[in-house]
Amino acid sequence: MQKRIRIVDSTLRDGMHAVSHQFSPEDMAQIATALDEAGIDTIEIGHGDGLGGTSYQYGFARASDEEYLKAVSGVLKYAKLDVLLLPGIGTKKDLEFAAKYNAKVARIATHVTEADVGEQHIKLAKELGMEAIGFLMMSHMVTPEKVVEQAKLFESYGADVVYVTDSAGAMVPVEIAARIRAVKEAVSIPVGHHAHNNLSLALANTLAAIEAGADMVDGTCKGLGAGAGNTQTEVLVAVLNKLGYETGVDLYKIMDVADDIVAPKMKRPQVIDKNSLSIGYAGVYGSFLLHAERAAEKFGVDARDILIELGQRKTVGGQEDMIIDVAYELSKK
Amino acid sequence: MAQKIKVAIIGPGNIGIDLMYKLMESKYVDLDIMVGIDPNSEGLRLARENGFRTSDKGISAILGNDEIKIVFDSTGARPHLKHAPLLEKDGKVAIDLTPAAVGPYVIPTVNLDEYIDSPNINLVTCGGQATIPMVAAVSQVAEVEYAEIVATISSRSAGPGTRQNIDEFTKTTAKGIEIVGRAKRGKAIIILNPAEPPIMMRDTIYTKVKNPDEKAIRESVAAMVSKVQEYVPGYKLRVPPIIDGDKVTIMVEVEGAGHYLPKYSGNLDIITSAAKAVADKIAQKIVKDIEKEVV
Repeated sequence: MQKRIRIVDSTLRDGMHAVSHQFSPEDMAQIATALDEAGIDTIEIGHGDGLGGTSYQYGFARASDEEYLKAVSGVLKYAKLDVLLLPGIGTKKDLEFAAKYNAKVARIATHVTEADVGEQHIKLAKELGMEAIGFLMMSHMVTPEKVVEQAKLFESYGADVVYVTDSAGAMVPVEIAARIRAVKEAVSIPVGHHAHNNLSLALANTLAAIEAGADMVDGTCKGLGAGAGNTQTEVLVAVLNKLGYETGVDLYKIMDVADDIVAPKMKRPQVIDKNSLSIGYAGVYGSFLLHAERAAEKFGVDARDILIELGQRKTVGGQEDMIIDVAYELSKK
Repeated sequence: MAQKIKVAIIGPGNIGIDLMYKLMESKYVDLDIMVGIDPNSEGLRLARENGFRTSDKGISAILGNDEIKIVFDSTGARPHLKHAPLLEKDGKVAIDLTPAAVGPYVIPTVNLDEYIDSPNINLVTCGGQATIPMVAAVSQVAEVEYAEIVATISSRSAGPGTRQNIDEFTKTTAKGIEIVGRAKRGKAIIILNPAEPPIMMRDTIYTKVKNPDEKAIRESVAAMVSKVQEYVPGYKLRVPPIIDGDKVTIMVEVEGAGHYLPKYSGNLDIITSAAKAVADKIAQKIVKDIEKEVV
């Protein structure tokens, strides 16, 4: 029996981190058209930090949320358009706006212990007729029991799916499997996993998640994403084919999207270097990478020292301003 | 010693209780009564233990009592919308600690003098109280085209009200940045951090200014920090203003006084401290007005 695995491609959202949010609406339309034709089920777009993310704190995107939504919603024939919203950054107004542009999926992302800040947004997404996904970030920071408690909160708000996310790319397969298995047993909605590749384990973790019961997983073409990037969509499709899972994605076509359309738009190679490895090792938010590299240069310190210190301070997603704080302090030592 | 003005608190939650302790140190106001709706609430119990009158009949326990001149409302936006007209009709000044925004936004160090006679004063948000003084400090010496603030607070200090209305925080704070901070455009971001032991409230204030004058900005910011410290001693500049092209970055930390809420709850402390500062100023004005009438 072939289990169907639903794939969300986030090249146009998580991938935005790797290009400092500089894809143009035309770039997005072109990539989305090709992803759609390749058979990707769900396509996530927007600023790397989701709706309303354009800012000094996270970097200004090349275009507005509206321009991206407009550009992509016009070209999709089959795939569902997906937006990410981090409560505290984006607001319900942003979600209403996205729904007007035919966004069908809303992923409401909170830190793994703070699901309750997303209650209103999950409920609004449902009212707007969208599929609502609770997205628990930085799930490596807590025990599987805590992840379960928070996943159940999202389920109680009416979420259709709950995600266990490894935002820091800090976990190894057994840790992912433990969390996914525990959540899968505790909720009656589908469970998803979003991986990062800082420890070179994104694909291994994604497979561990699927074996532990995950129904839905994320990838990005060429692995384009925060830190060392994400699970590489085209590789994921190939591997799932070999394992006998059904994805609905055409392997040749998704390879072509990655190599012929996405690769030429990349600003830097998507590799694991000492800084992205430090992110996974220290367990800090993946999008800190480029901010830490800039701060390291400005304050004359080692980016690894900044990242390790941020890990020790237990920073969470979105705390990019702490990078300056830490870099400044290190430079005074 | 001049007479003290009688005040009341509606809403005996964390904020109301912390405010009660702060008012005990006031030279100008005298807390008369704390009112709520649950007779068994911790807040009413603590108020009784500290020798204050209490009532579980809500606002009706205050209305008609002409001795009470100033009323703090720390209930919620919806109840305050009901309370505001009743208090005004009853001739009481309302200091609103909810996001209802019936009255003008007030930040004590920036625009209190302008609204000292307003029947209703809104205190924006905790993040607004912590960051708008910095935006205003930059505005005093430069034209601020855009200001963005990031408030990071410990998860433990974010109550259910904040959590269920997190959008209120971003919306109201952004508006306050524009109206009181005088930035042409404002944006606010809030982050909850669950680290144990809990982190202090930290705020980053980014402003976009044309041709920033580093010396003038540093001096204006330093002067404003001292002004805020007059009523929030734990307000500290973490990093002096960093100028990067047209971007100015300012970072502050707010340590609470630890009256009722622990010291890490600087976010709650700064709004209760602002409420006391506003009440003290209004009370002095009321006393002066009464003295004038007597003469």
